[in-house]
Amino acid sequence: MVYLQLFFSFFKIGLFSFGGGYAMIPLVQKEIEAHNWLTAQEFVDIIAVAEATPGPIAVNTATFVGFKTAGLMGGAVSTISVALPSFIIVLFIAKAVKKFSEHPVMKGLLYGIRPVVISLILLAAVFVAKTVLFAQNGFLGLDWISISIAVFALVGIIKFKMHPILLIILAALAGGILY
Amino acid sequence: MKLLWEIFITFFKIGAFTFGGGYAMIPLMQHEVCTLKKWVREEDMVDVLVVAQSTPGAIAINSSTFIGYKIAGIKGAFAATLGVILPAFLIILSLAGLLMKYGDSAIMLKVFYGIRAVVVALIVAAVFKMFKSCITDYGTLLIAVISFFLLFYFRLTPVVAIIIGGIAGLIIYKVFLFSQDTKGDN
Repeated sequence: MVYLQLFFSFFKIGLFSFGGGYAMIPLVQKEIEAHNWLTAQEFVDIIAVAEATPGPIAVNTATFVGFKTAGLMGGAVSTISVALPSFIIVLFIAKAVKKFSEHPVMKGLLYGIRPVVISLILLAAVFVAKTVLFAQNGFLGLDWISISIAVFALVGIIKFKMHPILLIILAALAGGILY
Repeated sequence: MKLLWEIFITFFKIGAFTFGGGYAMIPLMQHEVCTLKKWVREEDMVDVLVVAQSTPGAIAINSSTFIGYKIAGIKGAFAATLGVILPAFLIILSLAGLLMKYGDSAIMLKVFYGIRAVVVALIVAAVFKMFKSCITDYGTLLIAVISFFLLFYFRLTPVVAIIIGGIAGLIIYKVFLFSQDTKGDN
């Protein structure tokens, strides 16, 4: 029963991947290999597709694998099951946070976790920056076009409160024209 | 019902324009949910991310569920989560074949190179916006700096970093801040 297999596999993936979409990739790979759902090349393609399409990487990957394995229903089953653990767990946590937000233990935990969240987000920025801001043949080894785009966008969003969607569209155009 | 529909549409928009995973989504969420709709206060976004990071699953789904719940309970959570998932689902179903064929064509690569530069800026902007509500004193600054080094140089996994941060927070809070807090209350 392929739907059931997809459901359990992606539910497991959704339940055990901490730290967002990229952390999920090795787990997905393991499940795909265990069930012989896709070839290695197809799996690499999925990651490329997930990167090139908007939306959570987890959802992109689940939809794609499900669709390839068992058509439209397969895509729906995988997508729902990868999101389900998050949905249930977050609802419970949200209730608890509301109830205990003034409790000293909760205050202490949040006091320590908030700065870690800042570090995690900064780290994500560093990883993306690594793939785009450097160029081997550029002046000082940097890619000045993408640095300009990034600086322009940063000023636009912080100083002029430009809408992020507008910036994404402008950057797509700039990328198409300038490179 | 109107509120639920608004939540759904807002998160659909967020899901449709997020490239590069959950973190790139944060500034867009801030803009839509805090600045435009005023559903959530800017400083509460931090706690949304604390929950999104500390729970398993995609950050985008976790934060959407949480924000939706804050706005309109379980129904709100459902509307937000469905909204953020649907664009990715539909796009993959309709474009999967085409993207596999043309995804690495020259023009697509250029376009995504440009988008990725903005993604860097978007994520840095999220740090800027949340800095003040996360880094409130020397204790939090210290935790931020140490956790960044551990994450960057020693490849600490996020869960471990969050657990260590939570424990450090409890200790600092208990030893230095709890007495101040209760004094303030009296």
